[in-house]
Amino acid sequence: MGHFLEAHQTVSDLLEINPNGLYCPAGDFYIDPWRQVSHAVITHAHADHARPGSDRYLCASPGKHVLRTRMGNNATINTVKYGEHFSVHGVDISLHPAGHLLGSSQVRVHHQGVTWVVTGDYKLQQDSTCECFESVPCDVFVTESTFGLPVYRWPEPATVANEINTWWRANADSGRTSVLLSYALGKAQRVASLLDPSIGPIYGHGAVMKLVEAYRASGVRLPPIDRIPPRSRKIGGGRGIVIAPPSAAATSWINRFGETSIAMVSGWMLLRGVRRRRGFPQGFILSDHVDYPDLMQAVKASGAQRVLVTHGFTDIVARLLTERGLQAEILPTRFIGEERPDDSDVDKNLEDGLQHRDSESTD
Amino acid sequence: MQHFSDLYWRLDSTSSTNQKVSALKNYFASVPSQDAACALSVLCGAKQVRAVSTRLLREWAAEAAGLPLWLVEESYAHVGDLAETLALILPEQLTNNPGGSNTIADHPALSLSHFMQETVIDLKGKPDVYKRQVVEETWRRLKPRERIVWHKLITGGCRVGVSRTLVARALAELSGLEPTTLAERMMAATIETAEDFQSLISKEPTSADGLRPFPFFLASPMNSEVHELGSITEWQAEWKWDGMRAQIVRRSAGISIWSRGEERMNDAFPEIVDAAESLPNGTVLDGELLASLPNNLLPFSMLSRRASRKRVGKKILAEIPSVFVAYDLLEAHGKDIRSEPLSLRRKELLAIVPTGFQRRPAPAGGTVKLKNGNGNTNDRLFHSPLVPNGTWDELRRSRKHARQRGVEGLMLKRTTSSYAHGRQRGDWWKWKVEPLEIDAVLHYAQAGHGRRAGLHTDYTLGVWDGDQLVTIAKAYSGLTDEELIEIDKIIRSTTIERHGPVRIVKPTLVFQLAFENVSKSTRHKSGIAVRFPRITRWRRDKVPHEAATLSDLKALLAQTTGETE
Repeated sequence: MGHFLEAHQTVSDLLEINPNGLYCPAGDFYIDPWRQVSHAVITHAHADHARPGSDRYLCASPGKHVLRTRMGNNATINTVKYGEHFSVHGVDISLHPAGHLLGSSQVRVHHQGVTWVVTGDYKLQQDSTCECFESVPCDVFVTESTFGLPVYRWPEPATVANEINTWWRANADSGRTSVLLSYALGKAQRVASLLDPSIGPIYGHGAVMKLVEAYRASGVRLPPIDRIPPRSRKIGGGRGIVIAPPSAAATSWINRFGETSIAMVSGWMLLRGVRRRRGFPQGFILSDHVDYPDLMQAVKASGAQRVLVTHGFTDIVARLLTERGLQAEILPTRFIGEERPDDSDVDKNLEDGLQHRDSESTD
Repeated sequence: MQHFSDLYWRLDSTSSTNQKVSALKNYFASVPSQDAACALSVLCGAKQVRAVSTRLLREWAAEAAGLPLWLVEESYAHVGDLAETLALILPEQLTNNPGGSNTIADHPALSLSHFMQETVIDLKGKPDVYKRQVVEETWRRLKPRERIVWHKLITGGCRVGVSRTLVARALAELSGLEPTTLAERMMAATIETAEDFQSLISKEPTSADGLRPFPFFLASPMNSEVHELGSITEWQAEWKWDGMRAQIVRRSAGISIWSRGEERMNDAFPEIVDAAESLPNGTVLDGELLASLPNNLLPFSMLSRRASRKRVGKKILAEIPSVFVAYDLLEAHGKDIRSEPLSLRRKELLAIVPTGFQRRPAPAGGTVKLKNGNGNTNDRLFHSPLVPNGTWDELRRSRKHARQRGVEGLMLKRTTSSYAHGRQRGDWWKWKVEPLEIDAVLHYAQAGHGRRAGLHTDYTLGVWDGDQLVTIAKAYSGLTDEELIEIDKIIRSTTIERHGPVRIVKPTLVFQLAFENVSKSTRHKSGIAVRFPRITRWRRDKVPHEAATLSDLKALLAQTTGETE
């Protein structure tokens, strides 16, 4: 017991929240800071984790091209290989695959005998477009909880891939263009990797293509994906499939393909109410976040006695873990409270910006 | 059961009426009549058996899933649909199966009616241990999607997103009968057995035809200027009585009083049944049931107190007597006259029911004396008198006094109109009084259900009593999806406290609340109840302290009804 208290005291000092975000005082760096700081370790390139304007960024080497796409040419980005240790002011840091998207990391921070792991966003499911999540033992585990309710249990990706291809084939056979809505970064590339190119041609919205190129430059194998030809109707003779960000569905951009069948790819599609509200008759359940059983498994595998819960159903997961004998607390995020089914478009602002530029260049 | 589950999901996944009709038709064509009858009663919203309470069901599901009950409750608050929540948390394969591998795969064509009998109807009145055994056994037999549908069936809450009109259309396509014939038959008969279903779609006239009412014709709300309806001479005006719409069927087969919900209400209104004896054989009246003393019209709240009863005792009969005010005559001397013009139907109506209904609410502050022995049947049936309509302006003036008369407004009907069915626009309009409006402040919020699941869209609104908010209404509708999403975010960021699914919020949001009427209430802390409250506008331009006060509402009460504290 005495040992536990002692550990706890040191632990609370290693990382803390200040107005700029999650900070390590001993090493003087931030993890996914909310504001501009001097040293930022980035778990992954989604806009709610990678904010522009900091002096120096550090990410895992497979994520360099993707982060560059997001941060611009002038940003200073250093990289480190997964599992490679380095030291800052005596604090030992290493990055480990989080399985969320290409180059996504968990940040392991070790100092004076205490180890923290910050997961960023992560998933345990199989994904051929990025390295698989690796469980890293630690004392304090900082986990996301976007889908931290027991109703969220993902179907097998192979099953979902099969459903998507079946749907696409049926549309192609009746001359309707298929449109898949998914985040431009990560999900779009993962979805592309699941498509069966023998059904028809695959096209990407401009915002998606930018990142497809970054993935290719990083050595990820994807099926052939084309830019959308200007003034196209019935692309690929109605056998084609278009991957676009959700924000594109609300614009007239979508109308140019003639008759379409639109489906959203998201973990939120698990709920009937959300499918009905978003008005898409078809939804495919595929998420780059952990579902509830995998979240519980990841917590257990970490061996941590203390768990900080962030991003999502924080109060519920913290209460559950406390009941199960762990020391669990809520770690606040700047992004108010919870990610919701209705703003699942995490990168919306960024994607909207890209989309305007793209529609100018492709039309 | 699988067929019905497939039908449920097919209907759920499309908004196209043609696809819905074709899904229904395929279903009815492919299942035995016994199952068709069973499905039909669910689709038409017949009263369902609640075999297992939702409390027990969620406790058993929590245990089967190895989750604490509070986590199931939290999940339900997020999902917004209990049947779906439980299906999502249950393990796909339930272990500990004492009966061996009794999976659905062993019963590929499990009949819906047998399944309902075994797993729903037979549970009624059985001890909980037995129910639980059946529930767990059934979970093992069903796939997750089927479990959702079955959860709805077993808790008596299975509602499917199709109207009766669509069901009638599908059955008409299947049987080759007219959709209207089917609509009428569906209204009259309870369809429980294979024979019931067979005679429903049979070309032969059926025994149920004897007491069957006609589908109700519904008026559309008047949203434009009345003078756009053209010359006033083409229109007749009546009060829009605030009671329950009903049809009286008087034929040789007997007497039946039908609600718009197609329930037979003979037991709730025995004095009207008695009075209808005096009608000539072969008469069908369309009209309104009202609560009324010999001198004074009683408010709707009194009527609803007796309508919900299966049997009405002497005390209620004396305290809340009822009357029937006829609007229209649909069948005269055994002949269906619905396609005759309204002017002619009205002439015949007045010949059968000569007395016009003239009663008003009791004057303000006046006491109402009960007259003993009000058993005079001639005092029960009236026709709805016309409101003088020399000019549109005259009608506008009458409408202004509607609230004091205890009516909801005016009805405008084209004198040449036939009695159509459903809600066909153009000939019948309801021109309600302008609603009362105040600005109220959001006080508590809760996540909605169905397509609003997970969004905080159930609002409890309050007005100021000093610096305290007192609750005056719960309201849901009237905002756009975009507004709801924006408001949801504000609610999440201004939450002060959470009590399970209910959030208490800091007063920042002001809404314009419309309602039909105010009355005194002992049930509400504010002492005031509002009728049909709904949100009409988000007042972004107002700060909470500009919202209404309790004394504003009390003033409204005094103004509209003469009632004071």
